Amino acid sequence: MLELKNISFGAESTGSYKEIIRDISLTIPDNRFVVITGPNGGGKSTLAKLIAGIEQPSEGQMLLDGEDITGKTITERAKLGIGFAFQQPVRFKGITVLDLLRIAAGKTLTVSEACSYLSEVGLCAKDYINREVNASLSGGELKRIEIATVLARNVKLAVFDEPEAGIDLWSFKNLIRIFENMRSNERNMSVVVISHQERILNIADEIIVLADGRISKHGAKEEILPEIIGSGFAKGTCPKIEEEGE
Amino acid sequence: MSEINAVQRRLLQEIAELHDVPEGAYNIRANGKSVGRNTTANIDIQTKTEGSGIDIRIKDGTVNESVHIPVVLSESGMKETVYNDFYIGDNCDVLIVAGCGIDNCGTQDSEHDGIHRFFVGNNSKVRYVEKHYGSGDGSGKRILNPVTEVYISEGSTVEMEMVQIKGVDSTHRTTLAELKQDAKLIVRERLMTHGQQNAVSVYKVMLNEDGSSADVVSRSVARDDSYQKLDLCVLGNAACSGHTECDSIIMDNGRILAVPSLEANSVDAQLVHEAAIGKIAGEQLIKLMTLGLTEQEAEEQIINGFLK
Repeated sequence: MLELKNISFGAESTGSYKEIIRDISLTIPDNRFVVITGPNGGGKSTLAKLIAGIEQPSEGQMLLDGEDITGKTITERAKLGIGFAFQQPVRFKGITVLDLLRIAAGKTLTVSEACSYLSEVGLCAKDYINREVNASLSGGELKRIEIATVLARNVKLAVFDEPEAGIDLWSFKNLIRIFENMRSNERNMSVVVISHQERILNIADEIIVLADGRISKHGAKEEILPEIIGSGFAKGTCPKIEEEGE
Repeated sequence: MSEINAVQRRLLQEIAELHDVPEGAYNIRANGKSVGRNTTANIDIQTKTEGSGIDIRIKDGTVNESVHIPVVLSESGMKETVYNDFYIGDNCDVLIVAGCGIDNCGTQDSEHDGIHRFFVGNNSKVRYVEKHYGSGDGSGKRILNPVTEVYISEGSTVEMEMVQIKGVDSTHRTTLAELKQDAKLIVRERLMTHGQQNAVSVYKVMLNEDGSSADVVSRSVARDDSYQKLDLCVLGNAACSGHTECDSIIMDNGRILAVPSLEANSVDAQLVHEAAIGKIAGEQLIKLMTLGLTEQEAEEQIINGFLK
């Protein structure tokens, strides 16, 4: 269980101090699938980075299973079981998909173990295992590998920052399937996804709407989704693609 | 290899991954003299009658054979210049492993300057691997100044892997290549400097005839107070294609000067160059830290991958 208590975060921007996250308190229980949405600039990605330790809050406290993690580094939080998938997956020259999965798993994965993580994200392992995680991979491929690295870690809490950003519509359909599987599989993991996509919001147990650094709505999907559907932060996919998906 | 001591044995492992006598043809040079040699039916090795060095002759049609010619220096103050010439026949497919390891525990500088010339016949395939390595905690410098000249005839391919990762204080390496019709040169250089080291690497590749091509890629890391100069030049003198790339990571107070250059002397020459120098991207470190590595472990992984 992750608890955020009165978390605030601000940063200097063009000479003046801007508060991005304002006094957020929030609990993410175990085995829950939570989607955070809201207008651009509302603080969603910043909140995800605060959870992973990439940014440090200016005020407030963060607890993971009752342990205070507020002052802990990225590495310490990772070791405690927090996973983070980047909005823009990072590229590496010379590091292969297998290398990255091995680093993620923290042990010498066999090729067949690595393959199971890749097939979970819809990639045929033999085509990818020895590929470098560099610019030769497409946005959709990088995104799926990014997700596979989080799955390989067996985390307690996984945070995905806009997984749909920068991928084509065809990959998007596969992405939805990955998250649907993640929810139906008994992984003993809480999932937090930052997303504007109605299809992803539809998988959620809970939806949080973040606007202007504050939680403006938080509740069960059944309660929140009808209120925000069709707005800028619960976007439908292209209707043509929807038809094909039927 | 009875005359080889433990230090020399360790150096041989580093530069040629040799644990024992290699298979096939070899010549092992330790502290200025040959301590082991083997020739085969197709590969002959002769000591030069004038000057220091050897001639290696590979017969036409020699396939799937290898030549190892490692050099180790373990005496402080040892300085030598060696000329090795390789004559490779037509229709060959061979592996040549060279390399030099210096262990200097003394106060005097140790230096090995190897001048390697390759004369490659028609339609052959040569893979050349050269590793340089230094060790020892003496104040004497470990210096390597290799010169490599490659003359590639029609339809042949030469693939060169040049590696210098550790322990060489000063190096000035020069590689010259001349290519005939449909000949191909592939170079993969990996270089890491640290401490006060100084490394200069100069390439001059001449694509002289139609259909010739070259792909020269250097990846390097400069740490601590070290300095590197990478000067990669490809000249297109016919309907040819050439690509050169310097890709470097800079750390601490390291300095790098990358000078990829192209000279087209034929309207049909197609030449491309790329160069990039930068520190390790912060987001790469953060990504690996979110996977549980410390900052230092992440840095090591990124460099290992980059130089792999």
